[in-house]
Amino acid sequence: MFDALADKLQGVLGGLRKSGRLDEETIGKAMREIRLALLEADVNFKVVKEFVESVRERALGQDVLTSLTPGQQVVKIVHEELAALMGQGDSRLAFGRPPTVILMVGLQGSGKTTASAKLALRLRKEGKNPALVPADLARPAAIEQLEQLGKQIQIPVYRSELRDPVAVARAGLERARAEGIDVLIVDTAGRLHVDEALMAELVAIRDATKPMNILLVLDAMTGQEAVTVAEAFQQQVAFDGIILTKLDGDARGGAALSVKAVTGKPIKFASVGEKLDQLEVFHPERMSSRILGMGDVLSLIEKAEEAIEADEAVEMEKRMRSGEFTFDDFLRSYRMLRRMGPLKGVLGMIPGLGKQMEGLDVDEKQMARVEAIILSMTPKERRTPHLINGSRRLRIARGSGVSVQEVNKLLTARKEMQKMMKHLGKGKMPALSPQALGRAGRR
Amino acid sequence: MTLGWPELLGDAAAPEPEESRRGLFRRLRGGLSRSRTALAERIAAIRFDPDDDETWQELEEALILGDVGVQAAGELVQRLGRRRSIDDLGAALAEEVAGLFGPPPRLDLAHKPAVILVVGVNGTGKTTTIGKLASRLTASGRSVLVGAGDTFRAAAEEQLEVWAKRAGADFVGSNKGQDPAAVAFDAIEAGIARGHDVVIIDTAGRLHTQTNLMEELIKVRRVIERRLPGAPHETLLVLDATTGQNGLQQAKIFSQAVQVTGVVLTKLDGTAKGGIVIPIAYELGLPVKLIGVGETLDDLRPFDAADFGRALVGGDPGEDTAAD
Repeated sequence: MFDALADKLQGVLGGLRKSGRLDEETIGKAMREIRLALLEADVNFKVVKEFVESVRERALGQDVLTSLTPGQQVVKIVHEELAALMGQGDSRLAFGRPPTVILMVGLQGSGKTTASAKLALRLRKEGKNPALVPADLARPAAIEQLEQLGKQIQIPVYRSELRDPVAVARAGLERARAEGIDVLIVDTAGRLHVDEALMAELVAIRDATKPMNILLVLDAMTGQEAVTVAEAFQQQVAFDGIILTKLDGDARGGAALSVKAVTGKPIKFASVGEKLDQLEVFHPERMSSRILGMGDVLSLIEKAEEAIEADEAVEMEKRMRSGEFTFDDFLRSYRMLRRMGPLKGVLGMIPGLGKQMEGLDVDEKQMARVEAIILSMTPKERRTPHLINGSRRLRIARGSGVSVQEVNKLLTARKEMQKMMKHLGKGKMPALSPQALGRAGRR
Repeated sequence: MTLGWPELLGDAAAPEPEESRRGLFRRLRGGLSRSRTALAERIAAIRFDPDDDETWQELEEALILGDVGVQAAGELVQRLGRRRSIDDLGAALAEEVAGLFGPPPRLDLAHKPAVILVVGVNGTGKTTTIGKLASRLTASGRSVLVGAGDTFRAAAEEQLEVWAKRAGADFVGSNKGQDPAAVAFDAIEAGIARGHDVVIIDTAGRLHTQTNLMEELIKVRRVIERRLPGAPHETLLVLDATTGQNGLQQAKIFSQAVQVTGVVLTKLDGTAKGGIVIPIAYELGLPVKLIGVGETLDDLRPFDAADFGRALVGGDPGEDTAAD
C-alpha cells in the first residue's frame, strides 16, 4: 500500500527536472497524490481540502534541495506541516489539589477501560497514588473487567452498588478523598455522540466530579466520522486531550489528524498494544510519517539532508587542505559538531584522543558567543578574514555584545587553525593537542 | 421489501407477526434515521443536475465521507454516469449498491448443530452481537449454545454469560487462560451431546497484524473442523461501522486466515455509514449478512442491500413497507 503510493509519486514527478524552484504545476501534481494518500489514510475529506490548500501556499516558490526531486521536496514540506500540526498543544496531564480526576470518554469499543488501567499504571510508575472508578454500568461485566485489571496491576478499584453512573462517580470521588488518592480515573460507558440521554449523563458525571482532565479515547482505525464524533463530544462535554488506541494495528490513523485539526486538542497518549504497560507518549513525527504512508520517500529525504551536510563537509575539507579556513567554515563546523551532541562526547570518540579529552573543558555558552561574533561579520568578512581591521573589529564587538579583546582572540584562533589545517593538508600531523582545539572555543 | 429474519434464517414458511415487524421497523428507522439525517441533508443539498460536474464531485465527496473510499466512490459515480437518465438519485444509487452485494444473504443453519464462529478486531461488538443473534435464534424456535472462546480479555467470559442468560441460550465457559481451541472443542462437544441446534463460538478481539494471534485463530478453526467436518458453517467477521479504510485490510487478512463467510456491520445507530463494506464487496466478494443498530438484545437486523444503499445517500429504508 505504502510502496505503491511512493512509486506513484516517483512516476508522476520523477520526470521533472531535478533542481530549481517549486512551481504551480509541480505542486499541483504532487498535491493530487498527497490528497489521495491522506484520504486513503482516513483523514477527513474537509480537513484534507484545507490542509492541501495551506501546504500549496507554503510550497509555492520554495527552493528545492539539491538531490531531491521537486515531488520529494513537496513531500518534505507536507511532512513538516503534518508534524507541526500534530505536535501542537500540551501533551501533559493537568494536576491540581488531590484527588485530580481524569474522565475517560468515547464511543463504544474505543478502548476506554483498557486505557484507564494503563493510565493508572503509568501514573503509579511516575510516583502518583491512583485509583480507578468503574462507572460503566451499561455493559455486562464492565465493572468486573476493570476490577480484574486493577487486581493485575494492584491499583484500587472503587466499585459501588449504586445503580446510577453519576452517583457511582461521586461516591468514588468521596472515597478517593478519604483514602488520600492523588489521581482518580473514571471509566465511563461507551456512548454515541448522537445519544442525547447518554451525552447528558456524561455531562452530569463531569459536573459531579469536576475533572481536571477529560480524555477522548479514539480508535486509530476510525474513518471519516471521527470529525463529527469529536466535534460533538467537544461541544457537549469539552475534552482536553485524546488517547489514540490500537496503534499496533496497521491503520494509517488519519482520524488523529482530523480530530486535531478540527478541535485543536492535543493527542496526549498512544496505546500500542493490549498489555497494560503499552501506553506511550505521543510522537507527532512518527504519526505524520504513518499517516502520509510514504515511508520510502521520507527516508530518501532524510538521506538527502544528510548528503547535503556531507557535501558541505567535503567542500570545507578541500578548502582547509588548500590552506583556507574561513569563518564560514568555522561556523559550519561548530554547527555540525553541535548537532552531533556535546562536543566532549564526540571528540572523546576519536581513537587516541579519549584520554586527552579529559583535560578539555568545553563551554557551550562560550561557543554560543563565538557563533554570535561570527554572525556579526559580513559575508565578505567571513570569507576574507584578513580584511577585518580595527574599526571592523569594533563594529563586530558591538554587534555581538562582546569585548574587542574577545574578537581579537577569535581572529588569532582562526589563524592558528588555518595553519594547522595547512599542515594537515601537506601530510604533516602536528600534535592535535587539546589546548589547540580548546583555544578555539575558549576565551 | 426489506429482507426479514425468516428469509435470512431459511424459515420462509413462518411469517413474522405484523406487530413485532412494525416494532422492529420503527427501531430500524429510528436507528438509521440518525445516520439518514446527516447524509440526507448533504444529498438533498445536491440539486442533482447530471450535466453539472460540480454535482458529481459533491456526490463523490458524500460517498467518501461515508467511508466508501476514493476508489469505490469513483467507481460508483462512473457507473451512475453511464446511465442515460436519473430521476431519483437515491434509488439509482441504491440499485447500484444492491447490485454490488449480489443475492440476499442467508445464514447456513441447515446442520445439527450449525456452528457459527465469530471473529474480528478489538472492540467491534462480537460478544454483544452473539447475544443478539442467540436471542433471535432462540426466538425462532432453535436451541442455542454459546462458547466463551475469548480466554484472554478480563471478564470476557462473564460478559458473554450475561448475554447467554438474556438470550435464553446455553453456555460453555473455560478456565481463564485456557487454550481457545480447547474451549471451541468443548463447546461443540457440548452442543452435540446436549442436542442443540446452533453453537456460536466467541473469540478474542485481535488485530489482523498480530501474526501469532491470527495463527491462534487458524488453529481454532482447524480444531472446529476436525471435530465436526463442515464446521464452522458460518464464520462471521464483525466490523464496526465507524471503521475507515483499514476495514478492507481487516477483511482481507481475516478472510485469508479463516475463510470468512459474511460480515456483521455494527454500530449503525451512530452517524457512520459503514461504507467500507462496499469495497469489501467489490474486492473480496464478501457479503454483509447482519447489521447491528443498538446495544439491546433486539438491535440486530438482516442486511438489506437496497436499504443500505438508500441510507448511504439519505433515503428512507424500506419505503414500501407500511409506515407505523
